[in-house]
Amino acid sequence: MKLDGSLYLSSEEIVIEFQGVEKSFGEQLVLDGIDLTVMKGETLVIVGASGQGKSVILKHMLGLMSPDGGKVNVLGKDITKIGRRELTEVRKRFGVLFQNAALLDSMSVFDNVALPVRERTDYTEGEIAKLVMDRLEMVDLEGAGDKYPAQLSGGMRKRAGLARALVLDPEVVFFDEPTTGLDVHKSNEIYRLFRKTRDRLGYTAVIVSHDAPKIFKLADKVALLAEKKIQVLLPPEKFQLCDNPTVRSFVLATMGPVYDSAREEVMA
Amino acid sequence: MRIFKVIAEDFLFYMAMAGRMTIFFFRAIAAAATPPYKISEIIRQLDFIGARSMFVILFTGLFTGMVLGLQGYHLLKNYGSVAALGAGVGLSLVRELGPVLTCLMVIGRAGSAMCAEIGIMRNSEQIDALECMAIDPVRFLIAPKFIATLISVPLLICIFGVIGIFGGYIVGVQIFDVSWGGYFQSLYDSVGWDDLRMGLWKSLVFSLLIVWINTGKGYFLHMERDGGFGAEGVSRATTGAVVLSSVSILVMDYLINALMI
Ligand SMILES: Nc1ncnc2c1ncn2[C@@H]1O[C@H](COP(=O)(O)OP(=O)(O)OP(=O)(O)O)[C@@H](O)[C@H]1O
Ligand SMILES: [Mg+2]
Repeated sequence: MKLDGSLYLSSEEIVIEFQGVEKSFGEQLVLDGIDLTVMKGETLVIVGASGQGKSVILKHMLGLMSPDGGKVNVLGKDITKIGRRELTEVRKRFGVLFQNAALLDSMSVFDNVALPVRERTDYTEGEIAKLVMDRLEMVDLEGAGDKYPAQLSGGMRKRAGLARALVLDPEVVFFDEPTTGLDVHKSNEIYRLFRKTRDRLGYTAVIVSHDAPKIFKLADKVALLAEKKIQVLLPPEKFQLCDNPTVRSFVLATMGPVYDSAREEVMA
Repeated sequence: MRIFKVIAEDFLFYMAMAGRMTIFFFRAIAAAATPPYKISEIIRQLDFIGARSMFVILFTGLFTGMVLGLQGYHLLKNYGSVAALGAGVGLSLVRELGPVLTCLMVIGRAGSAMCAEIGIMRNSEQIDALECMAIDPVRFLIAPKFIATLISVPLLICIFGVIGIFGGYIVGVQIFDVSWGGYFQSLYDSVGWDDLRMGLWKSLVFSLLIVWINTGKGYFLHMERDGGFGAEGVSRATTGAVVLSSVSILVMDYLINALMI
């Protein structure tokens, strides 16, 4: 079943495609037949209750986990079948923010953000410093470059992780809960930043978030993960009005009854 | 029936582990042998593994030599050939005690730290993050440790030998009545190129074992039987790595002796 009606889109526009992906850890089945497509330039937001497997989905996209069944295609490559070298080439086009930010804790924030640049380009230290300071400013951390991750607050670590993910202008970004742990102002700031960089770079994005409904403003499509499956994959407006009972209860829980009346208006 | 299943599972687990570790070894060697070298990281590791082990090695080397001098002197006195003390001290240090004791000290000081460092990075997804940044964690984290260990452990072994011979000299010549000339002449006469070559081989093989087992145990922490979770997982893996690398060094010591004598 194609959930988003994307049957007739040409294959080179598909950036990420999941076909019947299954994954268990020991006895515990976490993903049971996940189908997903993300088109070029699109922003997919994955929502769902805690512990449902959103991060696991992301790790499949990154090639960090391989499915027990089904297929994961990323940028035209079957990511579970390609060798290490090819996988590295694919990952050069990624920008990744982990749920726990995963900064290298024996390096300063500046060095963390500079790391991909140092390792993958031959920029001079001067160019690197300029680029890194620009990214740190972007996430409001220009004063924290000398600090070590352990000296940062949770939200600051997240922002440093964002700066690192965006430092080399990625084509595809994966953000696992980019605004969890940030105050309202900071998360609004991140959303603005996200929109700005996306407009400038035109990247494809997969965002896992608990920040519904705010995150919907950024989304081209919303996927709800519940009961080991993607329940629906819909544009946010349609998602909020969807009849699927799981989606209904999610929407009601996150948005309250305000949207209910809107729905009744539309239904009427 | 159940017991067969358990045995088969165990067997498969250890075979898989051996396979992973072997591939890991060759990846690390390949990364260590080819540029670009991470010079600053190698220097940092040289400092940690080599320079900061100096004091311990000087200390253990000196006392090992002194004990050898003491024991050897009383033994040789019975045969009236105390002048052979230099030969006894020198040969034991160059062929056996230098390499083995130095490596055991390095494992305790640096090997355990390597395992813990890599293990914590594995646990907190830092290694995954490196991979996602298209940075090869083996090249980035492991190769500098291989290079630094391969440089510093053989040097530490040499230092251990020299200071040990000096320790034997203090006891034999300064405290007891072995002559200065006799001590060094017998040393010079008996310790030959063969012995140095044996010492060199051991130091190379042992350093590889140390760095391989300790980094590997940390790198594959998440593949451990019990999951390697959290602080306890790291401490368990570190203990395991220290024990395994110490034991393998003693076993390898025997094998090298058996092959080269
Ligand atoms: N490496 C692993 N080994 C075993 N089980 C795992 C592993 N990673 C995840 N799981 C299990 O998979 C399930 C989904 O985990 P996941 O981290 O994807 O949840 P999530 O949807 O991201 O939740 P949250 O919103 O809280 O981050 C959980 O039940 C978890 O126990
Ligand atoms: Mg998660």
